[in-house]
Amino acid sequence: MSTIKSLDELKKIRAQMKSATELREKGQDIEKLVQVKVSMGTCGIVAGARETLDGLMEEVKSRGIDNVVFTQTGCMGYCHSEPTVEITLPGQDPVVFGDVSGNRISEIVERYIVEGELVDGVIPVAYKTIHE
Amino acid sequence: MTDVKMHVLVCGGTGCMSSKSQEIIDNFRRCLEERRMDQEVKVIVSGCFGFCEKGPIVKIAPDNTFYVQVTPEDVEEIVEEHIVKGRKVPRLLYVDPKTSEHISDSKHMDFYKKQMRVALRNCGFIDPENIDEYIARDGYMALGTILETMTPAEVIDKVKSSGLRGRGGGGFPTGLKWEFASRYSSEQGKYVICNADEGDPGAFMDRSILEGDPHSIVEAMSICGYAIGADKGLVYIRAEYPLAVKRLRGAIESARSTGLLGKDILGSEFSFDIDIRYGAGAFVCGEETALIHSMEGERGEPTSKPPFPAEKGFWGKPSNVNNVETFANVPAIFLKGPDWFSSIGTEKSPGTKVFALAGKVNNVGLVEVPMGTTLREVIFDIGGGIRGGKRFKAVQTGGPSGGCLTEKDLDTPIDFDNLLAAGSMMGSGGMIVMDETDCMPAVAKFYLEFTVEESCGKCTPCRVGNKRLLEILEKITEGKGTMEDLKILKDLSGVIKDTSLCGLGQTAPNPILSTLDKFWDEYVAHVEEHRCPSGKCRKLISYRIDPDLCRGCTMCARKCPADAISGSVKEIHVIDQDKCVKCGACMDTCKFGAISKI
Repeated sequence: MSTIKSLDELKKIRAQMKSATELREKGQDIEKLVQVKVSMGTCGIVAGARETLDGLMEEVKSRGIDNVVFTQTGCMGYCHSEPTVEITLPGQDPVVFGDVSGNRISEIVERYIVEGELVDGVIPVAYKTIHE
Repeated sequence: MTDVKMHVLVCGGTGCMSSKSQEIIDNFRRCLEERRMDQEVKVIVSGCFGFCEKGPIVKIAPDNTFYVQVTPEDVEEIVEEHIVKGRKVPRLLYVDPKTSEHISDSKHMDFYKKQMRVALRNCGFIDPENIDEYIARDGYMALGTILETMTPAEVIDKVKSSGLRGRGGGGFPTGLKWEFASRYSSEQGKYVICNADEGDPGAFMDRSILEGDPHSIVEAMSICGYAIGADKGLVYIRAEYPLAVKRLRGAIESARSTGLLGKDILGSEFSFDIDIRYGAGAFVCGEETALIHSMEGERGEPTSKPPFPAEKGFWGKPSNVNNVETFANVPAIFLKGPDWFSSIGTEKSPGTKVFALAGKVNNVGLVEVPMGTTLREVIFDIGGGIRGGKRFKAVQTGGPSGGCLTEKDLDTPIDFDNLLAAGSMMGSGGMIVMDETDCMPAVAKFYLEFTVEESCGKCTPCRVGNKRLLEILEKITEGKGTMEDLKILKDLSGVIKDTSLCGLGQTAPNPILSTLDKFWDEYVAHVEEHRCPSGKCRKLISYRIDPDLCRGCTMCARKCPADAISGSVKEIHVIDQDKCVKCGACMDTCKFGAISKI
């Protein structure tokens, strides 16, 4: 790194570096964040889950939304509707959206993540896990 | 795509490193590379998380999963299950001993619930070898703001009004110390000295701070330099802390190359640089005058004060000596304000204190709590109570200079004054817990052995007096003591306290005095009945085989390392008391409960 010559420069560098520890800071209060999981099993990847993940991240970033964390996860079992994305809004139950590609990416970010309004294409929960 | 979506933090403190955490780190990097995920998942070597009992620790962000006792072989599974598939690995999660539930998030563990991390704020969170991560956490902002907006006198005032007291043991107000140092002027320079000579048995607070967040010390020393008008900083650190030395040296170099150390820092006219001096590991060198002599290349012997280092310190120049943990608090005070700091803790001891919790507790580790937290909370809530379901007997605080506290002191709120009033002291923060099997005269003997070994020998009370105290304790634990000896112990202790030259000698008899005071009956049992109530003193116990219970299985005879047990198959065995070394191996081996300790 080059030399920092003033407090203003230090502040600028701090702003740039914030992202280095951002994920960890967010993790301290994960329940207050929007958690997005993209299903990345073989079927998901073939159906374009990676593009979906990139698209979602890009969309969130371009809108300046900073309370979303992304993780990728294995196959959720909805191979008929890949790519699938599970979104948990703070304090709410997770919701799984199917066939998330193309225009649906920005639609879901806009309407569900920002407005909290349900969008078509929700996959109903048809199973229970041992954690319940 | 290069967006980082996950962080894997692996503890890189000395404790976890010795349990193969380097191998864990390497495995993570390799596994992630194999899966081409090394761009998306960042592996960070962090400082100590504090929960050393359960190390090595691996933490995953952003879902804040806390894996304990991870082995290099577990890495594959964590990557495959957690990172690739998003499923936690339950067998590596912490299990609450009370509820037997798996807890995935450190925030919900009893060990962390009552803690408040100020000095340790970045330990276990950032990569200590990366200055950017420190800057991201507001690093060097306190220094920058001070240089731009405050006069040295204002800096000292802020430290004074925060009420910060020296964390090295004495508890002297830090702001006042800085003010003294600022008053003396010297043409040839002034020094800021960081005391990283951590010598108390069982203590590792300072080492962990230097390993986990070295930049906070560099920043704080610079702030102190600006406040007192010094341009040179020195860290006196034990050479046997190689990892702390390496991280500190790295921090100094990166601060220097970034312009945060050196000439005209951040465009101000203030110049400051830091050097490291190595100590050979002598307890007395933690005392500031001895420390200074050691740095000058002289023998590490104390001299009487005054003159204080503030007036005549390193090479006779005005010097200000603070301990590592004291410095670690300084940037936080300026970032959050002195009022915030003084609102934590107790009125006369604001802030938090880091303790190295060790001994017979379930959760050994590094613990930071607000002052005023009770001993009971630290030992039972955070420490998880006594190991093996045994009964609590005593807690030793303050290292060899401190004393033992008992059951009835458990509700004492911990701060400098309360601990002194209870008959012990804060010290640098070692906290050793003892259970019913610990013998108090033997504990006193342990500490005396330490101080006798560490005495520099300069003054007679310490050199000769402590040796005599140790001899008497040896007599007592061998069952050869008399009531007269107990009286001599007490009287001689008083003389040594009054007449020794430095803190080491003045406090050396404290473990004796406090155990005499609180466990008098135990001393009397050793002296009058030649009996060790906790069954610890080898000379006073013997092992016997109950002829009615012995089946002649020969197990004990085969296990005995001293060939002290005789008897043939299916015959009753006998222990030869003269040969017996009292190791207890026979008792542990016997399946029929035929061997007992008396």
